[in-house]
Amino acid sequence: MSLRVDLQHRFDGFELDAKFEAPKGVTALFGPSGSGKTTVVNALAGLMTPQSGSVVLEDEVLFNAQQGLNIAPHKRAFGYVFQDARLFPHMSVAANLDYGRRMRGHAKERTLWSHTIEMLGIERLLDRYPTALSGGEKQRVAIGRALLSGPKMLLLDEPLAALDADRRDEILPTLERLRDEAQMPILYVSHSVSEVARLATTIVAMKSGRVLHTGPAAEVFADPQSADAIGPQMMGALLKARAVQHHEDGLTELSAAGGTLWLPQISAQIGAEFRVRVRAQDIMLSLKQPQDISALNVLAGQIVAIKAHGGAGALVQLNCGGCSVLAQITQRSAKAMNLAVGQTVYAVLKSVSVAHGDIGAATTGAHK
Amino acid sequence: MSAIVDFLGPQGWQAVLLSLKVSFWAVLCSLPFAIAIAHVLARRVFPGKQLLNGLVHLPLILPPVVTGYLLLLAFGRTAPIGAWLEQSFGLVLAFRWTGAVLAAAVMGFPLMVRAIRLSIEAVDPKLEQAASTLGASRWRVFTSITLPLTLPGILAGGVLGFAKAVGEFGATITFVSNIPGQTQTLPSAIYAFLQVPGGEVQAIRLVTLSIVLALGALFLSEVLARRIAKRVGQA
Repeated sequence: MSLRVDLQHRFDGFELDAKFEAPKGVTALFGPSGSGKTTVVNALAGLMTPQSGSVVLEDEVLFNAQQGLNIAPHKRAFGYVFQDARLFPHMSVAANLDYGRRMRGHAKERTLWSHTIEMLGIERLLDRYPTALSGGEKQRVAIGRALLSGPKMLLLDEPLAALDADRRDEILPTLERLRDEAQMPILYVSHSVSEVARLATTIVAMKSGRVLHTGPAAEVFADPQSADAIGPQMMGALLKARAVQHHEDGLTELSAAGGTLWLPQISAQIGAEFRVRVRAQDIMLSLKQPQDISALNVLAGQIVAIKAHGGAGALVQLNCGGCSVLAQITQRSAKAMNLAVGQTVYAVLKSVSVAHGDIGAATTGAHK
Repeated sequence: MSAIVDFLGPQGWQAVLLSLKVSFWAVLCSLPFAIAIAHVLARRVFPGKQLLNGLVHLPLILPPVVTGYLLLLAFGRTAPIGAWLEQSFGLVLAFRWTGAVLAAAVMGFPLMVRAIRLSIEAVDPKLEQAASTLGASRWRVFTSITLPLTLPGILAGGVLGFAKAVGEFGATITFVSNIPGQTQTLPSAIYAFLQVPGGEVQAIRLVTLSIVLALGALFLSEVLARRIAKRVGQA
């Protein structure tokens, strides 16, 4: 199941030209406000009609301007979660959740119903009305409503943007679980680097109505060529790791493709999979296996590419046991160390953040 | 009950009953059209929208006598529509209580459309969009989202239309005349009593009842509106 998008539309003073593919997993439509992300999602859902292009979900053509084909919104099987929840004020939470199923005429599936409600943690809200819900609760119900309408694909348009940091942290694990459990592709619109880093398996970077860069998240994060498209905050490494052992000194040992990582105790079962993200600016390079330093996490790798970046900076891409890692150093250091493509160096990871879940099948080499 | 009949006199009582009957049917029959027209005016963009809007408002700005006369020209027994209605359905409007229903419906129509249109415009189209992405066709979006959320406005429109229908005089008397027991509504009866010497007492009694009726309708609509608003979640 995948979605193929190719859309063009000319507005007053704004031109949209978006072409990308969203495979299974979470495809993050990433870009600053006003880059046309919501317009793309509305076009996918059939709420606006682009002047040219096509939308194909799996084998079904939903829109083709040339053939004059435009399936009505209610016949497109998208579950759309809006930024502003848009719950129906005259219906209870339960009726809101059941709305899509009733409209689509599906039979009621007890297990799906109870599983979804349990996953979203909204059991005790069922009898309430939307006006009595907090922002976070509304958004959960909206996600449940989309899921229970029996969609082939989920469209999430900045579902966390209107929430405060606490609510966001509350819902993110749910979205991670959704990504890992749902069999359908998810298009996730966001301008937040941290959300995208936690959730995305595929990245579509947009700016001013155009797709600048697209590819598997782990590759895009570590590709010096994409630096301009995704911005310095996002560059670095996205590694797949597995919890191996909890040690007595409070550290958890994780096994990643490029080597062993040590992290402050993670409350997770042995064998659980993690996404480990390291920002390019938090990576130091060393020519020799570093000794006598406090940093615990060191990965060996070969230099794949070196690119000057932003004045004095240089981006060095490494291949660490099949995973791409991007380090940001200065050009002066690169020159002093005599760095060259093919050379083996050691990446010292100064700060590492982890999130639950797989980074998806789209990673370089690390999958399966 | 009989005390009221004694108070109003047989002719006055008849007029009151007829007025209630006429107003009830006028509102009931015109409500679906008012909702449809209000929805079109609130949500659609099409050439001639201003013309339609003007036509709907015409009874509000024309002298009622003119409206009544136009109805007579169109729906009289020898007039094109009137003759066709009589032949096809055996329905006669001119100088019958059914004609009073038509006159009251036409006169109340702009008020109903205005109230309903305002409340449809207050329904967030984003909710309708959300419903359509959840699989609701246009018609089901309307019945499951727009209509329930518009209910307070529909009620307000209905009450306005009813009040207008009870009070309608000019168009009614022109179209269906003032026949006691047949087409003599409450205002027509008041007018008739005022024309005869010594009829003032009767007229005053009917006037009092008119005021009671109007206040009662207003009170009832307030109570209902509050109840609906609570259900719709806007309270």
